[in-house]
Amino acid sequence: MLIPHPLLGPRDAQEFTCLGDASLIDRPDWQADNAVDRFHDYLYLRDNPAGVHKELWFHEQGDRSWLVVTRDTRSHEIISAELARDVARARGRSR
Amino acid sequence: MSQSNRIGGGLIDRSRSLDFRFDGRTYQGHPGDTLASALLANGVRLMGRSFKYHRPRGPLTAGSEEPNALVHLRVGARQEPNTRATVAELYDGLDARSQNRVGSLSFDLLAVNDLLSPFLAAGFYYKTFMWPKAFWEKLYEPIIRRAAGLGSLTMQADPDLYDKGFLHCDLLIVGAGPAGLAAALTAGRAGADVILADEDFVLGGRLNSETFALGDASGPDWAKAAVAELASLPNVRVMARTTVIGAFDHGVYSALERVADHLPEPLPGKPRQTLWRIYAQRSLLCAGATERPVAFRNNDRPGVMLGAALRSYTNRWAAVPGKDVAIFTNNDDGHRTAEDLVAKGVRVAAVIDSRADAPRTNRYEVLAGAVVTDASGRLGLTSVKVRLASGETRTLACQALGVSGGWNPNLHLTCHQRGRPVWNEALAAFVPGGTLPPGLTVAGAAGGVMSTAGCLASGAEAAVAALADLGRKAKPADLPEAEDAPVRITPLFHVPGRGRAWLDQQNDVTVKDVKLAHQEGYISVEHLKRYTTLGMATDQGKTSNVGGLAVMAEMTGKSIPETGSTIFRPPYTPVPIAAFAGRSAGKDFRPTRLTPSHHWATEQGAVFVEVGMWLRAQWFPRPGETHWRQSVDREVLATRRSVGICDVTTLGKIDVQGTDAAEFLNRVYANPFAKLAVGKVRYGLMLREDGMVMDDGTTARLAEDHFVLTTTTANAVGVYRHMEFCRQCLWPDMDVQIISTTEAWAQYSVAGPNARKLLQKIVDPAFDISNDAFPYMGCGEITVCRGLRARLFRISFSGELAFEIAVPTRYGDALMRRLVEAGRTFDAVVYGTEALGVMRIEKGHAAGNELNGTTTALNLGMAGMVSKKKDAIGSTLSEREGLNRDDALILVGFRPVSRDETFAAGSHFIAKGAVANAANGQGYMTSVAFSPNLGHTVGLGFLKNGAARKGEILRAVNPVQNAETLVEVVSAHFVDPEGERLRA
Amino acid sequence: MHDLAALTPLGGTQPKTDRIGSVVITEVTDRALVSVSCRPGGAKTFGTAARKLFGMTLPGPGSWAAGDRWSLIWTGPEQWFAEAPFASHEDIARIVKAGLGDTASVTEQTDGWVRFDVEGDGVVDLLERLCPVPSRRMTAGAATRTLLEHMGCFVVCRTEAAHFSVIAPRSFAGSLHHAFCAAARSIA
Repeated sequence: MLIPHPLLGPRDAQEFTCLGDASLIDRPDWQADNAVDRFHDYLYLRDNPAGVHKELWFHEQGDRSWLVVTRDTRSHEIISAELARDVARARGRSR
Repeated sequence: MSQSNRIGGGLIDRSRSLDFRFDGRTYQGHPGDTLASALLANGVRLMGRSFKYHRPRGPLTAGSEEPNALVHLRVGARQEPNTRATVAELYDGLDARSQNRVGSLSFDLLAVNDLLSPFLAAGFYYKTFMWPKAFWEKLYEPIIRRAAGLGSLTMQADPDLYDKGFLHCDLLIVGAGPAGLAAALTAGRAGADVILADEDFVLGGRLNSETFALGDASGPDWAKAAVAELASLPNVRVMARTTVIGAFDHGVYSALERVADHLPEPLPGKPRQTLWRIYAQRSLLCAGATERPVAFRNNDRPGVMLGAALRSYTNRWAAVPGKDVAIFTNNDDGHRTAEDLVAKGVRVAAVIDSRADAPRTNRYEVLAGAVVTDASGRLGLTSVKVRLASGETRTLACQALGVSGGWNPNLHLTCHQRGRPVWNEALAAFVPGGTLPPGLTVAGAAGGVMSTAGCLASGAEAAVAALADLGRKAKPADLPEAEDAPVRITPLFHVPGRGRAWLDQQNDVTVKDVKLAHQEGYISVEHLKRYTTLGMATDQGKTSNVGGLAVMAEMTGKSIPETGSTIFRPPYTPVPIAAFAGRSAGKDFRPTRLTPSHHWATEQGAVFVEVGMWLRAQWFPRPGETHWRQSVDREVLATRRSVGICDVTTLGKIDVQGTDAAEFLNRVYANPFAKLAVGKVRYGLMLREDGMVMDDGTTARLAEDHFVLTTTTANAVGVYRHMEFCRQCLWPDMDVQIISTTEAWAQYSVAGPNARKLLQKIVDPAFDISNDAFPYMGCGEITVCRGLRARLFRISFSGELAFEIAVPTRYGDALMRRLVEAGRTFDAVVYGTEALGVMRIEKGHAAGNELNGTTTALNLGMAGMVSKKKDAIGSTLSEREGLNRDDALILVGFRPVSRDETFAAGSHFIAKGAVANAANGQGYMTSVAFSPNLGHTVGLGFLKNGAARKGEILRAVNPVQNAETLVEVVSAHFVDPEGERLRA
Repeated sequence: MHDLAALTPLGGTQPKTDRIGSVVITEVTDRALVSVSCRPGGAKTFGTAARKLFGMTLPGPGSWAAGDRWSLIWTGPEQWFAEAPFASHEDIARIVKAGLGDTASVTEQTDGWVRFDVEGDGVVDLLERLCPVPSRRMTAGAATRTLLEHMGCFVVCRTEAAHFSVIAPRSFAGSLHHAFCAAARSIA
């Protein structure tokens, strides 16, 4: 596969490590009342659809960017790739 | 030797003769020959024995689709089994032997299988050898394996080199026939980066096998001129002997280049083959088409071959398999063969055309509406039986029969992303369909365009379209006038009748087998394939799949498209495993990382161990030491008695900086880091989000906004990745920057009561490293050896007074030598990873065996370290009930009740008197060493509620080695439990 | 001045040069290297300070740039490697930190890496056998990190189709050198 890196263009997938569902960005608040339950869902109840899926990929043998890659898991068509940091900020993560 | 069946013409170089051997006999051929063409020229039609029934076989084809003529090529370590004689280029001294026979090729003892065929039909494996069960493994299978099979391996190491590489292009063109050449000329002249790959050693595809003119030139001459022009273009890479074997995601293709298979052996230092990964913006499949046979009784006699193959042997290789040749066809292509043979002066016995409306001519006899019903000549064709339109039978004497059943487009690559071919009635063949691999288009015969003019035009047009897709303008190449005959075919796949008619010759599958499969309910194409093994041989059924499907369609009363189709997967043709390995063979399987003291350690005769990619010194044997334990015990004792030095560079080092660096570390470690003082080091426990321990190490604060942390050697990469995840995905606005600095510093541990004294001889006097000025867990930037910048950390893995000293790596070798020299006064030793392991077990420090991915801080006896006052990765989920049970496993120490006994890591703890089973398991031993300080074996292990069970006696049971030892539960700290030494 | 002798990444006292066919492979040891990361607070002042210190604008993704003394390689978002002569810049981290102050995080990298320069007509043929980046299409000024025979490396194009630097973790020096020599023999 080729991953369309937002800064570096298409790169061979062998330069990357895949982590899976990008919902791992949405780490719960540790001080919430039901924090254990929320962390449980966050960690274990992740999606793995046959279809369009947002995934985290790390450009380990490249610029060390984490990317959010939107990929159709059936055809391997890649719809988009963004810097995970930008996605995280857009989802309200900060410090 | 005469080449009795050689005629005039052809693309062979008659100015040179090549000697070669087949089954021990010497023959001659010419450059440009394949092994098959040279054997046919010498009158040899019998080239192999079939897989299951050991039927005598000759070549069916003249190309890579060959099912029959498989040989052992070369001798000794270079011997290669299952090489297709039809594509093996002849070279001087070639040595080949037929395979899958017991006895000689013409008298194969296992031909008895042919007589047993009623018992060996499809599915015989599943029926015949069902009972008794025990006989399967011991009796039936070994016999079957011996009898059924293809070539054999030499069991010697392959002496050749194999290369790999990566190529990028705008347009990859697969196949250099008329369509591919027209496309390459079009795209090449437009300046695009083009790769043109073809499996043959002469480019031009069918142009080299046909007699058509292209404008004023012959086919081969036109192809030669086109290739010459392409080779002169700097933007075109012409790759002969290169098979594109697979189409993968996103325009990635794989191609095998046979760099040296046409030579007796590769040139020194050069690869035999190169496996290329090609990144193509667009690609064009111009792979042509493969003719298919019509099945009839005994259609596998040597001498029966495809009509187009017969034409290739005649036109390209000037080799005719017999003096009298007959043709059996269901379409006009058979007549093309007959015309060419007549033109070459070969006697055409007759053209048997199954169509009642067959074309008439006075150049040869045409038997319209007739079919071949049988072939005779066990070791070589002597005659065929023909059922005439009138119903009468006629026998025709001939030594060769060309069979033309129609052409199948070579659409294999279009299926590699699960595209399904569609049936084309006019061609009576499958053409590319469904979803093609993105970026791939098809031109020429591969797309069902069967005339030469059509191929040329579709190639040029497809190239224009592909480039337009990339935003480039191109003008179709000027094309010569060429043959433009329509396809006229009346489908016929097999001639009904008694006896065995062969569909898949490589796997010995007959029309009867398909009928049997149908009778037994295997009517899905995928089931048919697996039950009969049709199409599952190394040729992937290139000449047999459609025939099998057609017979099944006939059985079910459905049309072929209703019956289904099978798809193809990579590789297109067989690829040696060695090519996939490339250069990653033997010691070069993966790269090796060397430590700064490696050269010194090698001089000392160190024994090395692989730790990930690192080579670390395991121990340093001294003269007279004959057992590794002697060396390790000496290193441990000397270190604890005086001082030892160890290269610990391989530990991961990560530089963490930024105004939020402290808060960042506070979150990635379970224990607090915010208040660590500058100039201090702290042990850190890193959890995964699920609460399991991920790694541990030490972190030094060099400045308010600057830390250096260490990871275990094995986890360096994973910890760095995790920290980048935290930084970029969880807390993107923190001011923290991280970078690995593992190899920038050569780092040595100096441990033992005399560690400080030794270091004082190295560290520049301006730096006070006394216990008061530089206490336990202190760190600082210093200079050594009169001015070299260095870092000093007072940390200890061994439990002794210990420091780790780091200098820029280029000085690591010199520093090691200096430390050893300065240590002479103290009888200092250098110790390896084994002594390091013994000392950490004696001290009760957890390492990889304990941090095994299933253990929590609580298990390690470090529950108190997980701060509840802050957010840290893993701290929330570590509170889960199941991880905090009263009987949770806790790390404790073990010693044998009888001190002279020993035990092994992995042993399980069982109470005295209890049955040794999983239900009674109390925990397990993780690390074991012989402690030279205590004089007995010591162990670390996880024991249920272990902290409260000191003094208890248990059994350490090792069912794998059928051993058990009585052990006593003790503190994990065997040496200096109070930690007085490391604070000394 | 200290008296510890330096070894090259290949373990010699002098850098090694190999000529195989049309390719020259040189171990380069006279360069100091440092990583520079822009801190989020000081992006603007960082740019000014960096331009002043290095005498050039910072190169963007996939590229590198050189001035009189310094050359800079983009290594990741907000991160660069800076190279300078070893003889004058052995203590490169201190020098750079002094110039950039709190606008940047600076880490010494000199001995973390081995640099091989590969030059000659066959250099692209060589690189094509080792790594997936399109070395034939790289022009002077292109630089990227990739995998080369399982080793993570920077591939830096100095002169199009003629001169590249490959910068790899130092401990891999022997394996990388072996890979270069084997590939060079295969294309010689």
